Amino acid sequence: MATQNGSQDGHTITALVEDKPGVLNRITNMFRRRGYNIASLAVGPSEISGLSRMTFVVEGDPATVEQVAKNLNKLIDVIKVVDVSQDHSVRRELALIRVRSNVQNRSEIMQIVDIFRANIVDVAPDSLIVEVIGDEEKVDALIELLQSFSVQEVMRTGTVAMGRGMGPDRAPAPEGLRMRMESGL
Amino acid sequence: MRRNGGQIVCEALLREGVDVIFGLPGGAILPLYQILPEYPELRHILVRHEQGAAHAADGYARVTGRPGVAWATSGPGATNLVTGIATAQMDSVPMVIVTGQVGRAAIGSDAFQETDITGITLPITKHNYLVMHASEIARVIKEAFYIANSGRPGPVLVDIPKDVFTEEVEVEWPDKIDLPGYKPNLKGHSGMIRRAAQMINSARRPVILAGHGVIISRAYDELRELAETAQIPVVTTLLGIGCFPEDHVLSVGMPGMHGMAYASLAIEEADLLIALGMRFDDRITGDTSTFATRSKKIHVDVDPTEIGKNIPVDVPIVGDLKRVLIEMNKRVEPADRLEWLNEVEQLKRDHPSMLVRKTDKLIPQYVIKEISEATQGKATIVTGVGQHQMWAAQHYTFREPCSLVSSGGAGAMGYEVPGAMGAQVGSPGKVVWSIAGDGGFQMTMCELATMVENRIPVKIAIFNNGFLGMVRQWQELFYERSYVATGYSGNPDFVKLADAFGIFGARVTDKTQVRPAIMDAMKFDGPAIVDFVVEQEENVYPMIPSGMSVNEMIEEPQPQEALR
Ligand SMILES: Cc1ncc(C[n+]2csc(CCOP(=O)(O)OP(=O)(O)O)c2C)c(N)n1
Ligand SMILES: [Mg+2]
Repeated sequence: MATQNGSQDGHTITALVEDKPGVLNRITNMFRRRGYNIASLAVGPSEISGLSRMTFVVEGDPATVEQVAKNLNKLIDVIKVVDVSQDHSVRRELALIRVRSNVQNRSEIMQIVDIFRANIVDVAPDSLIVEVIGDEEKVDALIELLQSFSVQEVMRTGTVAMGRGMGPDRAPAPEGLRMRMESGL
Repeated sequence: MRRNGGQIVCEALLREGVDVIFGLPGGAILPLYQILPEYPELRHILVRHEQGAAHAADGYARVTGRPGVAWATSGPGATNLVTGIATAQMDSVPMVIVTGQVGRAAIGSDAFQETDITGITLPITKHNYLVMHASEIARVIKEAFYIANSGRPGPVLVDIPKDVFTEEVEVEWPDKIDLPGYKPNLKGHSGMIRRAAQMINSARRPVILAGHGVIISRAYDELRELAETAQIPVVTTLLGIGCFPEDHVLSVGMPGMHGMAYASLAIEEADLLIALGMRFDDRITGDTSTFATRSKKIHVDVDPTEIGKNIPVDVPIVGDLKRVLIEMNKRVEPADRLEWLNEVEQLKRDHPSMLVRKTDKLIPQYVIKEISEATQGKATIVTGVGQHQMWAAQHYTFREPCSLVSSGGAGAMGYEVPGAMGAQVGSPGKVVWSIAGDGGFQMTMCELATMVENRIPVKIAIFNNGFLGMVRQWQELFYERSYVATGYSGNPDFVKLADAFGIFGARVTDKTQVRPAIMDAMKFDGPAIVDFVVEQEENVYPMIPSGMSVNEMIEEPQPQEALR
């Protein structure tokens, strides 16, 4: 798993990409072929129809991360790439954690869940599902704490990130894109 | 205007100025072929193997600067193109490839001759398309040509299912390209250009390292202006050869693994390296940690991923070389740099890599020199890969851009015959010599038939050493002369082969026959083969073994007394 913002081995990059068949394949293929490591990858629609936004957490030294960003940019279907690591950014991921629990320890788990402002979203006789939203550290820390009750299953979405304030992602859009945005496509 | 998919392909190609297509049909692409007679302006050259089509399109593109076009059918037809596509990708050659695909409904079902060619070529194309509607073809072909031949050029593959060729639609020809994710930066950062010019002005021992980008950007005049104004020696990479005349006083030739010793040494001695449209390939740098450590580096390239990839750079400039050099030249001050140029001249005298051993034997270097003299350095030289390729790069005196056509990055044996065929089609009036290895020639010699059929008068010099020579050289030097699987004891009689194809053929075993055979081949109206039976165990020197530094260069172990 990647470590935090701006550190040597975990870097967050976002990319605005065409929402077309095969685009994800082009991107992951580039990572594979050049030997880059993706710690996490999250994809979803963006505010512009026909375009998706991806968040990558990439492992590597700064020179490698710069090459990753440049190689992403080189792909025709990638419209804009932003390295959000150095910026002030909001970073979140969602995790679902299945923890073994019984009547005796349920309230203890609920206390921990409260401290993390997480939620219990499902209760079964011998387990709970905890939902947590936060940056990677927070999710890591909660999983760590719940480990003492035995964590049975973890599902994480991977980090999504956004620059604070007027984020650079809205800065000079390429001409064709601006036309598309203006024409409401 | 109602058109079917096949018609749209042809009309789109015509709109892009295409005049020739190299290809070979099959079921999936047949509907496209069957309407070809409606478009007599499109000349189709029927190859014998699709690899030939791809290499020929590549050779055509390298000499014309216009994208070469290749067609093939689905499955094996498409996969046969792969080596040629990879070659074009590695060497930044613009190409547009159209492949037929199985019908839309059959895609994904492992239908007969279905191959996922867009998947296969993903990492070896600049971009590719699977076109699922005839209404998309006009736009896709326009984009394909734009992508192939702008920024850093490269091959673009367009895969079209069989039933899309026959689908009829109302065609709309796009007048604009809308590719928000593709905006090559051509201008170059003015601050960086200024900084580069200052560094050049204050450098005492600058060297220009000129690559393929100079040719692609057609920046030869600007390069020459820079070199002459500031009196800077110019070394050229393999693919840069010809971008600066080799008979110019400032020319220092090719550096690197089999480059001129003095060129590699000049790079080491430099205090400023001006890298123009090149990518610090490992054949140039050897061990990157010891490469040119005493110099600052300016790197101009249109592809930002090349900058800082292999070698740290002090002044990075992303832009079109011609535009950048025009701006840079305005700020570069005249200088004479006599001291430095004298040093470089001294390096040339101390390390005479260009000299050829004096001997009565038929050595390949001598043959190249004879071809160089016989053609006055004005031929287009298309090589295969191996020893003969390096000797051609070393001993032919190239004077014009695009006069050396060679598979550099991919190092694809078998390029020599179809590559030369494409180069000849692209420059009909020119003398084109294919400098062939006996190994590489036999990989694609089937295209001799294509040349005969289409009257493509390439002259082929086979450097017949009975070996996969370059590999044999490595075995000699690094594996105690253990020649495993590199000897060819069953080569065909190449003169009889020429005869079988109905073309000129001659065998040369003696030095005295070299020039007459070259002249006879050139006099012959049509393709010609000269089989030069050369010394089998001749080696290419200088040599910097793979991954090593200039200090470990093997210059010329043969006795020095016998140089001419
Ligand atoms: C398609 C392909 N297969 C293998 C190689 C590895 N290889 C590099 S040079 C060479 C020998 C080439 O032999 P030949 O064409 O006779 O040229 P020579 O070196 O003898 O001049 C080989 C096998 C290659 N470059 N390309
Ligand atoms: Mg050979």
